[in-house]
Amino acid sequence: MGDYKFAKDKLAEVIGALKDYQVFAPTAVGDVVRFKEVADAEAVKLDYANSNVPPKELMFPETETLFKYRLGGTDIEPEVPEPARRLVFGIRPCDAMAYTIVDSLYNWDFPDPYYQKRRDNTVLFGMACSEPAANCFCTSMGGGPASEKDLDALMFDLGDSVYVKTITEAGDEAAKAMGLEAAGDAEKKAGDALEKEALAKIKRTLDTEGIPEKLPSLYDHPFWEQFSDRCLSCGICTFLCPTCHCFDIQDEIEAFDGRRARMWDTCMFSEYTLHTSGHNPRPTRKERTRNRISHKYSYFPEKFDVIACVGCGRCINYCPVNIDILDILEESKKAEVKEAKA
Amino acid sequence: MMDESNPYLPYIVRIEDAWYETPVGDRAVKTFKVSFVDEKVWDTWSHRPGNCAMVGRLGIGESMFCISSSPTEKGYLRFSIMHSGGKVTSALHELEAGDTMTVRGPLGNSFPVEEWEGKNIVSIGGGIGQAPLRPVINYVRANKDKYGNLSVLYGARTSDLHCFKTEFDEYAEEGTECHLAIDIEEEGWEHFVGFVPDLLLKVAPKPENAIAVTCGPPILIKFVTQGLEKLGFTADQIYTTLEERMKCGIGKCGRCNVGSMYVCKDGPVFSYAALKEIPEAFA
Repeated sequence: MGDYKFAKDKLAEVIGALKDYQVFAPTAVGDVVRFKEVADAEAVKLDYANSNVPPKELMFPETETLFKYRLGGTDIEPEVPEPARRLVFGIRPCDAMAYTIVDSLYNWDFPDPYYQKRRDNTVLFGMACSEPAANCFCTSMGGGPASEKDLDALMFDLGDSVYVKTITEAGDEAAKAMGLEAAGDAEKKAGDALEKEALAKIKRTLDTEGIPEKLPSLYDHPFWEQFSDRCLSCGICTFLCPTCHCFDIQDEIEAFDGRRARMWDTCMFSEYTLHTSGHNPRPTRKERTRNRISHKYSYFPEKFDVIACVGCGRCINYCPVNIDILDILEESKKAEVKEAKA
Repeated sequence: MMDESNPYLPYIVRIEDAWYETPVGDRAVKTFKVSFVDEKVWDTWSHRPGNCAMVGRLGIGESMFCISSSPTEKGYLRFSIMHSGGKVTSALHELEAGDTMTVRGPLGNSFPVEEWEGKNIVSIGGGIGQAPLRPVINYVRANKDKYGNLSVLYGARTSDLHCFKTEFDEYAEEGTECHLAIDIEEEGWEHFVGFVPDLLLKVAPKPENAIAVTCGPPILIKFVTQGLEKLGFTADQIYTTLEERMKCGIGKCGRCNVGSMYVCKDGPVFSYAALKEIPEAFA
């Protein structure tokens, strides 16, 4: 595909030229960076390691209506989104990979129209990481600071200018709509250099070899408690995880108008699995921690052939009690497997 | 079948008849016989013994229940629902004939009844655990020539608490073996007194060319499977159903997993052989 560039001080014009797209970009909301529809290109933020809130909310909002109804009636009005063409500007490569992982879950049997309509209509313009954060480990998860995987275009911040490399037709079409100039060898070389420098800055790694196969054998192992004992069950590791996709469904009524909505939920809450009888198959933080890690690193790959983690480091960065997923996984590798019960 | 373009949309069904299987009150079981308000749904609907559906009320919510009627019972679906004290079962128990409720399904897997053709079928149930076994029993009854002997073993704490009582006489008339049990002695009770696993050992069905299906409280399933193994049944001759809290019913919302299996979608029917491989299955 093509190579393009634009001067950074022309960012507002470049985004403004995307008239046929609804454009989402990282935006500072107080101290928090999250993806918002661009109303004012001046608010677009490009100098950050990664958004605090992952862009999963663009496909899977925190809360969304599934259908509406009138109480006492029998008409059900679905609220399936019919999004305009959308473009996510500045998504990090790890978060783009997360979409592809979650796609398999949303489509493995009953395709989910709410998720998929948004997904199908969205072009991903990635931004390579110049400054990976301390807990980034994307390179261990099949990604990298300038990974092109699952992106339509990849941008490199070269200081005064941005180099844009398009990867798919959809990406190239959007680049043309932006009215970008052609880039040359100098920009390509600068992009390569940026990638090399960024790679050297990634300090944390994990060899995932053998983990998916081993975790089920550690079901009863006490090592989980080293970590779950200090867990607060706050759920931040899952709410801010780009691959965590679990949700609750609730009915809400206002006078006679009702809606059935789904909202983010977390396996770290005890109510998540609580039966009406009072029985809870995952009553303590030990079972819940074990399920979170095993789901990502064993159950999900068993079902969908891919580990449900992209190495973004958010669960490590935001855990209030410093529980570190890499420590858990390293410990799991060391844990002695008890003989399987006959 | 469910609206393939949107698996979250329920059908509206009308309750044709509703009755209590057990005395009214906490933990009462009420059966709802329902049919689709939009009759065209029947043209595409098909379910199998063991399939489930999300049943609920608009404005309240929905929960997963097994379809307690066999596909051989035409023109209606049945759900037998225990009042568990939760939001949904409490709201459903308020409903009577003529009212509407919602049904989203069929969901989940089913009992492999075709694979069992030519075999003797032993059904072992306790309490409301008889609800997922009833469609198997009725399917086998309706296809008698394809199966060997059918034996029904069923128990509850008291005779009042037996579900589907009115059908026991029909079983006997057809020559289906029916062994009933209650936990606590009652005046006039001529059948077995004791727990279902003990009834099983007393009846001692032969494992040769047989399939055992069981459902009930977890403790019953545990001791029934042990009893079956004692009688010589192998793990792949034993089938049961699991239940977990569910929201989506289509393997997405996450909560009902046991290991890598989603009970809503990969289950609820599992062979005991499959469950032995999943440590979380009995959590």
